[in-house]
Amino acid sequence: MDFNFTEEQDMVRDGLSRMVREQYDWETRRKAIESEAGWSPEIWSQLAELGILGMPFSEDVGGFGGGAMDAMVVMEEFGKGLVIEPFVPTVVCAGGFLKHGGSDAQKQEHISAIIGGERVFAFAYAEPKGRYNYADLQTTAKKDGGGYTLNGHKAVVIGAPWASHLIVTARTSGERRDQDGVSVFIVEKATDGVVTRDYETVDGRRASEVYFENVSIPSDALIGEEGAALPLIEQVADEAIAAQCAEACGAMKVAHSMTVEYSRQRKQFGVPIGSFQVLQHRMVDMYTAYETSLSLTYLATLKLDAPERERKRHVSAAKVGVGQAARLIGQEAVQIHGGNGVTDEYAIGHYFKRLTIFESEFGNVDHHMKRHISLA
Amino acid sequence: MNLDFTPEEQAFRDEVRAFIAENHPKHLEGMGNREDMSSEDMTAWHKILGKKGWSAPAWPVEYGGTGWTPTQRYIWSEENARVGTFMPLPFGVSMVGPVIYTFGNDEQKAKHLPGILSGDVWWCQGYSEPGAGSDLASLKTTAVRATDSEGDHYIINGQKTWTTLAQHADWGFFLCRTDPDAAKPQEGISFILIDMKSPGVEVKPIKLLDGGYEVNETWLTDVRVPVENLVGAENQGWTYAKFLLAHERSGIAGVARSKRGVEKLREIAANETIDGDPLIDDFDFARKVSQLEIDLTALEITELRTLANEQAGKGPGPESSILKIKGTEIQQRLTELTLEAVGNYGTPYYGSIAKDTGSNEYPIGPDYAAHSASTYFNMRKTSIYGGSNEIQRNIISKMILGL
Repeated sequence: MDFNFTEEQDMVRDGLSRMVREQYDWETRRKAIESEAGWSPEIWSQLAELGILGMPFSEDVGGFGGGAMDAMVVMEEFGKGLVIEPFVPTVVCAGGFLKHGGSDAQKQEHISAIIGGERVFAFAYAEPKGRYNYADLQTTAKKDGGGYTLNGHKAVVIGAPWASHLIVTARTSGERRDQDGVSVFIVEKATDGVVTRDYETVDGRRASEVYFENVSIPSDALIGEEGAALPLIEQVADEAIAAQCAEACGAMKVAHSMTVEYSRQRKQFGVPIGSFQVLQHRMVDMYTAYETSLSLTYLATLKLDAPERERKRHVSAAKVGVGQAARLIGQEAVQIHGGNGVTDEYAIGHYFKRLTIFESEFGNVDHHMKRHISLA
Repeated sequence: MNLDFTPEEQAFRDEVRAFIAENHPKHLEGMGNREDMSSEDMTAWHKILGKKGWSAPAWPVEYGGTGWTPTQRYIWSEENARVGTFMPLPFGVSMVGPVIYTFGNDEQKAKHLPGILSGDVWWCQGYSEPGAGSDLASLKTTAVRATDSEGDHYIINGQKTWTTLAQHADWGFFLCRTDPDAAKPQEGISFILIDMKSPGVEVKPIKLLDGGYEVNETWLTDVRVPVENLVGAENQGWTYAKFLLAHERSGIAGVARSKRGVEKLREIAANETIDGDPLIDDFDFARKVSQLEIDLTALEITELRTLANEQAGKGPGPESSILKIKGTEIQQRLTELTLEAVGNYGTPYYGSIAKDTGSNEYPIGPDYAAHSASTYFNMRKTSIYGGSNEIQRNIISKMILGL
């Protein structure tokens, strides 16, 4: 057993940590969020230059030969600085679909553009009535001559306003919620009939409702086998969950230390509020929740290549444990900050908001508890 | 990072599994915490391990440890939990032993370590007093130094309580006040070994919620103890006590045993029915079991991370308080859910039934239901002993959060 990180991973962590601290300070972040684009393409280019966007790809496609553990290191640091840029949709999700299911031509077409920072993806899987079931699809892709015709409505597609390409799940056969008949496509956002309604999210990102109105896509837009994509989608989603658990761990760590620091500075009744045992014990419980979350995140990340059942069970365990910790730490951090915790000015509220939204992405605690039970 | 076992570690697992299968007394399998065990039953496995040289794996090799890595020790506890062995009691091997080999002199090491390793000498812990629980440093038992024709000795007076299994103990390690005028209460305390057969030592059992007699009051009246029984320096006992508690906490999580407990709970819940269906298929119940299992997994990896730190040369520090808090919470929840799972058959008092029938076979209800309530009652102790979980939070707050 070995809990050590490789030298490369330590270097990446140090480099990213410095970059986030020095170039992703609170004001810079706020400006990017409030800008018209809503993100920082400059930061994205820098991440490409640093090799961060290529870390989890193998060397034969131009990557750096890393894997999920490297993505974990990256996401932890992003979580600490509440980095909003679309690493998960582009590198983890689109990258994951291409790695596990893409044809050689698709890999060639997209991966080096991802690594170079030139191509940004969004993952359009959710639907207005589908909740967290990846097979509960009303979007359809009908065979049409040499290609497909897409129709449907995808909900809350994170990062879609920044993306040039979408990964889209759609039903090619069968009924809503059937396990079979689910397919995945790469769709250029500029294709005729793709209509988006863009908006801000409560945690500082941008997203879109995406409508497909008789969109014609070529047959080589299909990733993997037609109608048999559900296991692939679940695998990529599990990889995204592990990465976001790492992000949440980073955010929880900072939210916790901000809270401890605040309790040292803030005086009431003539003494720092951190001297009150009732608050100390709550901050200890936050600390414990963070440490155990980190443990579950490590394990889930290490199990991403395990047999399907084992992988799912460990990923769900992590999402349950980290999701519960995210709620506890977010709420307690705000409470201990008192009135300042509910202001927009203090950073802590923004950590709370990100942690809140993290809880429901790719399935909330209840959803993953059910999956954990079903795999007992 | 890699949590897979190496081929060498797999081979080690096979070796210890085979040893346990060949040597663990069959009639003791799965006895676990049963209060109807005799004192011979409780030391049987310890004595077998002592002969093999495996009774104190965590000790330095020069004092009788096995030299196993933390991973091997983890495998060792897993394999013991699989069978449900009754592991060596902590008072000698995990508590006083490390204090003696770390702070004791050569005579003390030579005199006491062999009996601790072999399991021939039963130790008990004299820390708590009626007025000194969480505020342990307020303890009042006094040790006054005196000299007469028979040499230097301490005269010890006071009352200790919660002395676990002192009714069987040959020796005890006691915290006594040797300097009543010290500037801080922590500064005037000494760590003294007492032969429990000394005149003036009186042990009175305390009946607990489960009907058993696991702990005692220990009265010390003019007990004469040779000064050679002082461990380390006079008035430095608090330092040794804290060292001991940190050691105690790191083994207290009980992960391997709780994992086996969850498996058993699943078996029980598969056997019990609710509206004609297995209880384990009831969503409300299954959810509680899954939650327990997830929390246990988180604890397990956290313990392994702590062990890895320890292996890297960072001794058991304040993080071990996390293991104590989470480990005991999980042990308690496990007994809660087991009691919930057995339904009506949690109610009969099996202590009285055993007395009536004169046997350990319980004619009432399923076997697994016997003791479920008494174990639940008994395990309330875990969040209280070893420094209550509230005290553990104080430790983390001070030592890790810096508050």
